[in-house]
Amino acid sequence: MADDTRNILDEVTGKEYKYGFVTEIDTEFAPPGLNEDIIRFISEKKEEPEFMLEFRLNAYRRWLGMKSPEWAHLNIPPIDFQSIIYYAAPKAKKELQSLDEVDPELLKTFEKLGISLEEQKHLAGVAVDAVMDSVSVKTTFSDTLAKHGIIFCSFSEAVKNHPELVKQYMGSVVASGDNYFAALNSAVFSDGSFVYIPKGVRCPIELSTYFRINAKNTGQFERTLIIADEGAYVSYMEGCTAPQRDENQLHAAIVEIIALKDAEVKYSTVQNWYPGNKDGEGGIYNFVTKRGICKGNNSKISWTQVETGSAITWKYPSCILQGDNSVGEFYSVAVTNNHQQADTGTKMIHIGKNTRSTIISKGISAGLSNNSYRGLVKVTKRAEGSRNFSQCDSLLLGDKCGAHTFPYIQTENKSSIVEHEATTSKISDDQLFYCQQRGIDAESAIGLIVNGYAREVLSKLPMEFAVEAQKLLSISLEGSVG
Amino acid sequence: MLLQIKNLHAQINGKEILRGVNLEVKAGEVHAIMGPNGTGKSTLASVIAGREVFEVTAGEVLYNGKNLLEMPVEQRAREGIFLGFQYPVEIPGVSITNFMRTALNEVRKYHGQEPLSGAAFLARMEEKKKLVEIQSKLTNRSVNEGFSGGEKKKNEIFQMAMLEPQLAILDETDSGLDIDALRIVANGVNALRSKDNAIIVITHYQRLLDYIVPDIVHVLFDGKIVKTGGKELALELEGKGYDWIRKELETR
Amino acid sequence: MAMSSYNGILGDTKGIAGLFEHKLSTSEFKGGKAYTEIRKGAIASFLKSGFPGKEDEKWRNSDIEKFLESRFEFAEGALPADVDVDKIFACEVPDLDTWLITLLNGHYAAKNSDLRILPQGIIIGSLSRAMRDAHELVEAHLGRLVNNDKNAFAALNSALSGDGVFIYVPDNVIVEKPIQMVNVVNSESGSLFMQPRNLVILGKNSQLQLVHCDDSRDQAMHFTNAVTEFFIGDNASLDHYKMQNINDHSAVLHSGWFTLGRDSRLTTNAISLNGGFIRNENEIVLKGEGADANALGVYLVDKKQHVENHVHVSHLVPRCTSSELFKGILDDYSTAVFTGHILVARDAQKTEAYQSNRNIQLTDKARVNTQPFLEIYADDVKCSHGATVGQLDAEAMFYLKSRGIGEENAKMLLMYAFASEIVQKISILNLRERIDDMIKKRLRGELSICDQCVLHCSKPDQPIQFEIDMSKI
Repeated sequence: MADDTRNILDEVTGKEYKYGFVTEIDTEFAPPGLNEDIIRFISEKKEEPEFMLEFRLNAYRRWLGMKSPEWAHLNIPPIDFQSIIYYAAPKAKKELQSLDEVDPELLKTFEKLGISLEEQKHLAGVAVDAVMDSVSVKTTFSDTLAKHGIIFCSFSEAVKNHPELVKQYMGSVVASGDNYFAALNSAVFSDGSFVYIPKGVRCPIELSTYFRINAKNTGQFERTLIIADEGAYVSYMEGCTAPQRDENQLHAAIVEIIALKDAEVKYSTVQNWYPGNKDGEGGIYNFVTKRGICKGNNSKISWTQVETGSAITWKYPSCILQGDNSVGEFYSVAVTNNHQQADTGTKMIHIGKNTRSTIISKGISAGLSNNSYRGLVKVTKRAEGSRNFSQCDSLLLGDKCGAHTFPYIQTENKSSIVEHEATTSKISDDQLFYCQQRGIDAESAIGLIVNGYAREVLSKLPMEFAVEAQKLLSISLEGSVG
Repeated sequence: MLLQIKNLHAQINGKEILRGVNLEVKAGEVHAIMGPNGTGKSTLASVIAGREVFEVTAGEVLYNGKNLLEMPVEQRAREGIFLGFQYPVEIPGVSITNFMRTALNEVRKYHGQEPLSGAAFLARMEEKKKLVEIQSKLTNRSVNEGFSGGEKKKNEIFQMAMLEPQLAILDETDSGLDIDALRIVANGVNALRSKDNAIIVITHYQRLLDYIVPDIVHVLFDGKIVKTGGKELALELEGKGYDWIRKELETR
Repeated sequence: MAMSSYNGILGDTKGIAGLFEHKLSTSEFKGGKAYTEIRKGAIASFLKSGFPGKEDEKWRNSDIEKFLESRFEFAEGALPADVDVDKIFACEVPDLDTWLITLLNGHYAAKNSDLRILPQGIIIGSLSRAMRDAHELVEAHLGRLVNNDKNAFAALNSALSGDGVFIYVPDNVIVEKPIQMVNVVNSESGSLFMQPRNLVILGKNSQLQLVHCDDSRDQAMHFTNAVTEFFIGDNASLDHYKMQNINDHSAVLHSGWFTLGRDSRLTTNAISLNGGFIRNENEIVLKGEGADANALGVYLVDKKQHVENHVHVSHLVPRCTSSELFKGILDDYSTAVFTGHILVARDAQKTEAYQSNRNIQLTDKARVNTQPFLEIYADDVKCSHGATVGQLDAEAMFYLKSRGIGEENAKMLLMYAFASEIVQKISILNLRERIDDMIKKRLRGELSICDQCVLHCSKPDQPIQFEIDMSKI
């Protein structure tokens, strides 16, 4: 590559994080550290029934016997689990009745993130559940949804108001001892979102959760459970940001999705946790377990993710295709810059007959970062006529980053077809020159080309998210503030 | 004077391609630069546009009196220089609409103009598409991806129409075109001719010049302009070939 | 204890440690002081890691339990005196004019002498003999490429191996006819654990075609743990064909360690037609600019056979090219594993690397595991990989059948076409025809263990029919 292009890339990719601000809010903390007492404290604080405490303690005991996974292409510094605060809630002065009563500082935070609850509520018609640090702050639109029998509330409320659903489905897709971080979450999770779409209901609006880590030294361990009953449909969006801190903060979430017969769940994520500064200091460790099960025949789960943030990402949104003719999809754009590391991908487990899965992954590496795709496609004996297609492309911006592809394909069925393709490329001097010749500066040109490269995935996002995602892509690489 | 090139020398990988080019272009003129393959025609176009693989070793290029060689590529473009590429590159996933809107608004910003609204932009797209008879669906496709030779060239002229350059350099725009596409491309170019802009057509065939009639014809040979004349010079070249020039040079 | 006939459970690492100590104390080891140091390092590496198991990422899909639990005789000593070498190697490949090197049970079994000097200074023969007679060459190369910490079986071989093949081609020498090395296993006394160690050195501007065969003559459970180091000098060229046809109870592990100099060329082609457990590992390091490596393989497996191909290609310098193409057809309960790993180091710009694994799975009992990995730290590179598991193309099947070809024939035709992409890349004409025949026979289920031996004893004047029955069209 020509030196100039190299310089341009260095310049363009060497920018800083935009969403780094701290909101001054009264926060209520648990003391740092992890033991059974802390877990009892969390459970008590949340006024949970006995079965929840049992679930937590059980998970904690399993976690004690587990080891942090080492197989990913990541360099994870040791984490001191005793210095983390496992519960931090914005201190609510009293029970909130309406949006007007929400802490104005908090509302400002969401405005800065570009998700004014008010605006969303009135203009976009999107129901938003905002999770600040660990506690669900406000769910908009609950009443409208209630008319359709849709339950969209914080996990804590669900535990109180719909314990039978929680009991039936919590841990049914991601078992409490599934992996190290899932066990940790199961022990200490503080809140999250809960969605239930009743039989035959098509959720009329997009549901959305915004996650933000605000307080210092806290871990965020939210847990989301989405159940789409027979014939139901829902599109769910999740956004994440965090302020700039010099220390690393831990985020270990769980998302479980259950799609019953003929149901469809579309889950979109725009992840923009603080990635650390240019020298790799600070940033979020994003160790997330997301998994959905297509339990019934003809069901469908679709994951779309735009990953631009976090110092380290360890995340594999997966689909268990149990029902016959069920469909799993995974569309991902992962951008790493500076010292970021990402090991992300998916698992598609084909169990039912004629199950289909599609994987489209676009990795973009810049700076000194390392970006890995890791994916498993497993076709079991029963999964007659199953089909998978995977396409995993990598784009390298600069010569000091790494782009890696680790696909695992296992088939035990003769009538299935599994295909995997991957390419590695860079932005060519010719493409850059062509754009510049048309008057587009290098920074915008790279933004354009990268967005074009990711278009196949971005087009899968709901409109409300697509615009933000496009901006984020450019910002992560260009850093042009504002 | 729109463009003034004085004693321009340029090389690539240590090999000298341009060896003292002199050229003056005024607003309102159409120049044709002809010559056999490998004499430096495309290099000249690339150097004016600012392709960095070529190193200018001597001479100067003034554009509206400003030193062009000091400007980065995109600034030259914003100043009004347009290069119609001989081999337009494919940019997967980037739609022409998005591409052009970005380009146009960057140029407008440079000149202190407000960006065009979406509606105004689309209207302009529609208008300019007609100029080169582009079918509407073309604009939803990725830049040059999967285009036929003719489509690529039409797309270049379409972009020229969108950006309204002051100086357009068309590098072998006729290559790879059938006669219908050639006519469409030439009509588009002619429609864009005005007293305020200038066009440099690079070609080695007379054919294109039947459609885009030049005011001045130059022959570039061995890195220098060795002959300049009116449009009849092109016809003379067509009749006699380039050997005639070579012999004339040798006897000099 | 007569150590040349150590007998024990393979997985008993203590027994192996004892064997090593005994050999060390009784000076049974060949190879001089320098190599003894390598042996000591290697046994330490082996004892540290032990035999690999399922928890080991690289062995997750390999089932070697039954071998580790079985009793083997460690064939570490010299050949029994009463073996009639001439009789065992009586048959040769028809029409394949080669320099033949024969190993019996992992040990050099000479028809002529232990170390032969061929025209132009080419040396071929026993490695243990070369340790004595060509010790400078051996010392400069042996053990230099093998990473004993990374590969427990290779470490075990490094520590204990007693013999194998040595090939040296001097600078600027083009070896006119192929060299064929054949390891035949034939034992009356029971299961053997063999560890042949081979060393192949190509000087600069030299060229060699090497045919490398593993065959078994009996139906006992044997275990071959072979290691070969290949030094390919600047602008040298190696064509390497590995043929594995062993009985359904036996295992062959082979790790090939290749280093390539500037502008050198390598083609290594693994053709696995029969075997209980076959595992080929290729560690290819491109060290000189302009080097080109091609790793190919075809495997046809059925019953409970298991074949693995692991290819790790390291692009350490700019402007090298590599390609990998492995194709397999799996029938019955067979399993296949492929792991490819292309590493492009920082600054290895202008690398071009391709990787492909294609499988046809004929039954629901068969299993395919394929992992084509890319690890890339340079941006100006062209890398791609692909993997597929599927069936015979339904459209093509329909087309053939619509012309009157029966189901079985149509299937065989398509399978043959699938496999022949690899076979067509064999540059030794006679060998290509021979393999082509063997694949046809294999697909028709007409291959007996003796047929599979490249030292084809039967007369080739029984041409194998593989034509479409024209009367049906």
